Amino acid sequence: MAQEAVTKPGLWGWINRRLPVDSFVRSQLLDYYAPKNFNFWYFFGSLAALLLVMQIVTGIFLTMFYKVGEATAFDSVEFIMREVNYGWLLRYLHSTGASAFFLVIYLHMFRGMMYGSYKAPRELLWLFGMVIYLALMAEAFLGYVLPWGNMSFWAATVIINLFGAIPVIGPGLVEWIRGDYGIADATLNRFFSLHVVAVPLLLLLLVALHLVALRQVGSNNPDGIEIKEKKNALGIPLDGIPFHPYYTVKDIFGVGVFLTLFAVVVFFVPTFSDLFLEKANFEPANPLSTPDPISPSWYFTPYYAILRSVPDKATGAVLMLIAVSAFFFLPWLDRSPVKSIRYRGWIFRTFFTLFIVSFLGLMYLGLQPAQGIYVTLSRVCCVPYFAFFLLMPFYSRIDPVKPVPERVTFHA
Amino acid sequence: MSDVGAIAGSQEIDESRRKFLTVATSATAAVGAALAAVPFVSSWEPSERARALGAPVVLDISKLETGQMITAVWRKQVIYIVGRAQPLVDKLSRNDGDLKDPKSDHSLQPAYAQNEMRSRRADVVVLIGICTHLGCLPKQFFDPGDAVLGPSWPGGFRCPCHGSRFDLAGRVFDGSPAPTNLSVPPYSFQDQHTLVIGLDSLSAKGAA
Repeated sequence: MAQEAVTKPGLWGWINRRLPVDSFVRSQLLDYYAPKNFNFWYFFGSLAALLLVMQIVTGIFLTMFYKVGEATAFDSVEFIMREVNYGWLLRYLHSTGASAFFLVIYLHMFRGMMYGSYKAPRELLWLFGMVIYLALMAEAFLGYVLPWGNMSFWAATVIINLFGAIPVIGPGLVEWIRGDYGIADATLNRFFSLHVVAVPLLLLLLVALHLVALRQVGSNNPDGIEIKEKKNALGIPLDGIPFHPYYTVKDIFGVGVFLTLFAVVVFFVPTFSDLFLEKANFEPANPLSTPDPISPSWYFTPYYAILRSVPDKATGAVLMLIAVSAFFFLPWLDRSPVKSIRYRGWIFRTFFTLFIVSFLGLMYLGLQPAQGIYVTLSRVCCVPYFAFFLLMPFYSRIDPVKPVPERVTFHA
Repeated sequence: MSDVGAIAGSQEIDESRRKFLTVATSATAAVGAALAAVPFVSSWEPSERARALGAPVVLDISKLETGQMITAVWRKQVIYIVGRAQPLVDKLSRNDGDLKDPKSDHSLQPAYAQNEMRSRRADVVVLIGICTHLGCLPKQFFDPGDAVLGPSWPGGFRCPCHGSRFDLAGRVFDGSPAPTNLSVPPYSFQDQHTLVIGLDSLSAKGAA
C-alpha cells in the first residue's frame, strides 16, 4: 500500500517521492493497531496533548502583551485583563489550562498505575512521562511567578529557598538562581525566558520521545494483556483496531466533552474559589509583606503538605524529593506477575487505595494552615503514601493475583 | 570496517591510530563544550549592578541610645540595630530555659555573633528583621513586663503575623512558629560610632 503513493503520477506522487507523508500517516494512524478495549481512562493522553497545544497558543498571544520586568509585569497583566480585546479570555484560558493540564496528567498517571502501564516493556515510556511531569511542574511554577503578584513573589521566595537546604552549595545556589540577594528583576527575567522558551522546547522534545516510545511498545490496556502476542495470519493483533478512525473519533468526542466542562470554568468560575487564581496574587509583589496564609497551587499541595509535616527544613525537603521521585522507580518496585488491577489481589488493591486516599488527603491538607490537626493528619497520610512505594517489592510478590485471560475482555 | 578501508585506499587501516584519534577528538570536544558552558552559567550570578547595590552599608550609630532601634536596608533586607542597656544584657541568660535554640546552634549568624548576646558588642545588637517563620517584620516590644505580653515578658520582639516572640538577642521563644533565631548579618565596627553592615571585617573585601 505504501508503495503505491510513491509510484503514483501527479503532485501526490511527486511529494511522496521526496517526503514520506503517505507512509508516515499509514504507519502512525492507519496501520497502528491499538487494543480494542480502551475505556474512559484512555481519554487523558490525547487531552494532555490538546492542553499542551492550547497552552502554547494562548502563551504566544499572552507574550505579545505581557511586559517582563519588576516595574511592568503586574501592570501589564492588568492591562491584558482590562484593555486588550479578549485579553481576559486569553489569560483565563492559560490559567485554567494550567490547572486542567495537571488534572489531566494526574488522571493519566492514575490510569498508568491502575493498569500497570509502567511495567515491562513500557519502563522508558513511563520514565519519559515522569520527566514530562517534572518539566510541567517547573513550567507551572515559573509561569506562576510571571504576573508578579504578591503570591508570585512569595512562592518564588519559598521554593527557591528550598534549594538552600542542600548542604554546602545551598546558599550559593540560591543566590545563583535568583541572580540577586533577594527575589528581584533578574529572577523574573530569567524565569520568563525559561517559561516561554527553554521548558516548552524541552516539553515538546519529551512528548515526541514519549510518543515514539509508545509506538515502539504499543499501548497497554485495562486488562494488561499484550495484544501483540495474539496475531492473525496477516500479523495484525487479534484484539487490535486501527488507531484511525476508531480512536481518533473517540478522542474527538472526549475533546468535545472536555472543552464543554473547560469552558464552564473559564467563563463562570475562572478563579475556582481561589484554587486556580488566588486573591493574594491580585496584589502587586511586596517584599515587606507576606500573604497569610501562604500556600502553593493545588497541584503542588500533596508535596507541600509532606514538606511542612516535618519540623526540620532539610529532612522535609528530602522527604518531598523522595515523594516526587518515587514514581520513577515503580517499574522496578512492582514485582507482581500481572499488570492490571483487575487481576491483582486484595493486598495491592488495599495499598493502592490507601495511597490514592493519602495523596488526595495531602492535597487537601497542603491547602490548610500549617498548624494543629492539619500537621498531625499530614504526618498520618505520609505513612500509607511512602508505604505504597517502599513496601511494594514485598507485597506485590505475595499478592494473591487472579488468572489473566488469554484475550482482552470486550463487550461490544 | 574493511569496506570503509577498501574505499579509503589500498593501504591497511591502523585501527589503534583510528581509535586514538576518535577518542582524542571526542574528549577535546567535551572539554570545549564544558568550557563553553562557563559564560552561560556565570551569567546567572548577580550582575555588577546587583553587586553594587548589595555593597556594604555604612551607618553612623553615634545617636543610637539604649532602648532605641534604628533600621537600615541591606541587600533588600530590613536590618534592626538596637541599643541595649547593660542590665538587660545581663539578664539574657535567664531566658535560656524558655528558648528553642539558646546557643544558636541551628540559627544563621557569623561566628562572632554566636554567643549569648548574639552580637560583637553588648550594647549594640544587629539583626536581620525578617521573621524566620514566613518573613514578616517582627515589632519591637522592648519594655520588660509589657502590657500586652504580660508581666513575665523580658523585652524583645513579637511578630504581628503569627505571634513568634524573640528576646533582645533575637533568640526565639518556645511556642513560637518561627523555627530559628533571627539571623545576624555580617557586620563590623569601623570605629566606636560607625557600623558597617555586610563586612565581616574591615580588611575583607566583601561578605559572601
